[in-house]
Amino acid sequence: MTRFILISCIVVCSIFSLLIGVKDISVFNILKLGQEEVMILFVSRIPRIISLIVAGVGMSISGMIMQQITLNKFVSPTTAGSLDAAKLGILIATILLPNTDSLYKMLFAFAFTVIASLIFMRFVNRIKKKSIIFVPLVGIMFGSVLSAISTFFAYKNNIVQNMETWLIGDFSSILKGNYELIYVSLPFVLITYLYANKFTVIGLGEDFSTSLGLNYNRIVALGLVCVSLTVSSIMITAGAIPFLGLIIPNIVSFIFGDNLKKTLPYTAMIGALFLILCDIISRLIIFPYEIPIGLTVGVIGGAIFLLLILKRGRYAT
Amino acid sequence: MVSLKNISKSYGDKRILDDVSVDFPRGKITSLIGGNGTGKSTLLSIVSRLIPKDKGDVFIIDENITNLDSKELAKKLSILKQSNHSSIRLTIRELVCFGRFPYTRGKRLCNQDCRIVREAIEYMSLEEIQDSYIDELSGGQKQRAFLAMVIAQDTDYILLDEPLNNLDMKHSVQIMKILRKLAKDLNKTIIIIVHDINFASCYSDYIATVKNGKISHFGTTDEIIQTDVLKDVFDIDFEIMQVNGNKICLYFV
Repeated sequence: MTRFILISCIVVCSIFSLLIGVKDISVFNILKLGQEEVMILFVSRIPRIISLIVAGVGMSISGMIMQQITLNKFVSPTTAGSLDAAKLGILIATILLPNTDSLYKMLFAFAFTVIASLIFMRFVNRIKKKSIIFVPLVGIMFGSVLSAISTFFAYKNNIVQNMETWLIGDFSSILKGNYELIYVSLPFVLITYLYANKFTVIGLGEDFSTSLGLNYNRIVALGLVCVSLTVSSIMITAGAIPFLGLIIPNIVSFIFGDNLKKTLPYTAMIGALFLILCDIISRLIIFPYEIPIGLTVGVIGGAIFLLLILKRGRYAT
Repeated sequence: MVSLKNISKSYGDKRILDDVSVDFPRGKITSLIGGNGTGKSTLLSIVSRLIPKDKGDVFIIDENITNLDSKELAKKLSILKQSNHSSIRLTIRELVCFGRFPYTRGKRLCNQDCRIVREAIEYMSLEEIQDSYIDELSGGQKQRAFLAMVIAQDTDYILLDEPLNNLDMKHSVQIMKILRKLAKDLNKTIIIIVHDINFASCYSDYIATVKNGKISHFGTTDEIIQTDVLKDVFDIDFEIMQVNGNKICLYFV
């Protein structure tokens, strides 16, 4: 029932999202659209809604997998340095191979994200007292270091401004022909669903996993690869979307628990819905201009996140 | 039977286990006792392949566990460690279902699996709270939930690292009675670390004492619960009384 309501919400919001924009497309003359309207729909608005849904699903699930792997509810691509690593990867690709296409940039981002994840996991394993706040704090510091390295190289090559735009998620420039790489994340979303039970076992900790006969390291590696590819593909097409991987899994965990086989569809749907709503707000608030979606997600997500910390404090030990 | 042959383990310069050899008899409860930091937990973790050993071999019946696939071993031997950092939000029922993981490998549970899960929950008297999330339970309820999971794993060998931690007296007695039943009715081999000497005395068949990284004594409960042996292990004086056929140790003053 909840699933049905969520799907309906996504469909309604998607249709609404298709209709808003500078070029007015009304729902009443959907059957007698002119050539221009049809072109706008297929070149700009439909790719936009597709990438919003894919990014929403991908970022939320990535956050959830990272939280299972680190046993920490506050770890996400934003708080583990993954976004900064992906940014550094894109930067290096841009400097080394200036005329290369997005696919290679994405592969660079992927390589850097995987390496950063491995380094972050080493940090996490080294921390003796795994406090729920300390681990993400280390991740944020790690991200800042990576970000500083990026800024240094960008400054040397006079592309600081270019780089800043990658860091802010923005769906306004998504057009047919430049967003398709985002589909790369879909197979990995499917893999996480197929391996959902194993990722749940990982969330019980290494000792439990081994005792249950699960190859802990293999599943952790699989998770990190999935997360890195998803984050990189979203980063290269839409830019960084902060907080999504943090708040959505926490909301879902709070309401539905952590049995991933059961909760993954909710995480995916709520993530997509949240991102579509934020996009609509970003486009309407200073209509006909837009504000970057990263900003909207940051403000709304930040507020929800604060509420969550206050609420969690009540039952977390 | 679980046999350890010449097991050694060091962390850096610190020798935790020093050439330990011991046989844990089948279908019996063996308690491991000894002071803090003597290597009891390390011993259990090595037997259950959670940490690698430096030297020596572990045999289950006659099979060396290094030759056994981890997946197969999970059907024979389970371990419950004392510390549990996970804050995962699963209901008790979901958690116990994951005890069947070695058999289902993450696929759907069949009827037999569901029956075993139901029995494990009943065994630990958790029926009424089976849909509660484990992160909202009291320490004792949580411990019982994890034990139910181990029971659902249905292995012949069960290793428990201080399962009475966080439990009140009522639940401690309840757990030990259940372990007795598991050993007696289902012929399970149980190796358990306990700190309360009287639980070891009243409920175990054999006792192994650990001191300075070695098994200093091993024998039937009757042989070990002796003033001179206990004094040697714990460096304090014990007075031993017979109460209804059980030996009770007094060491408080």
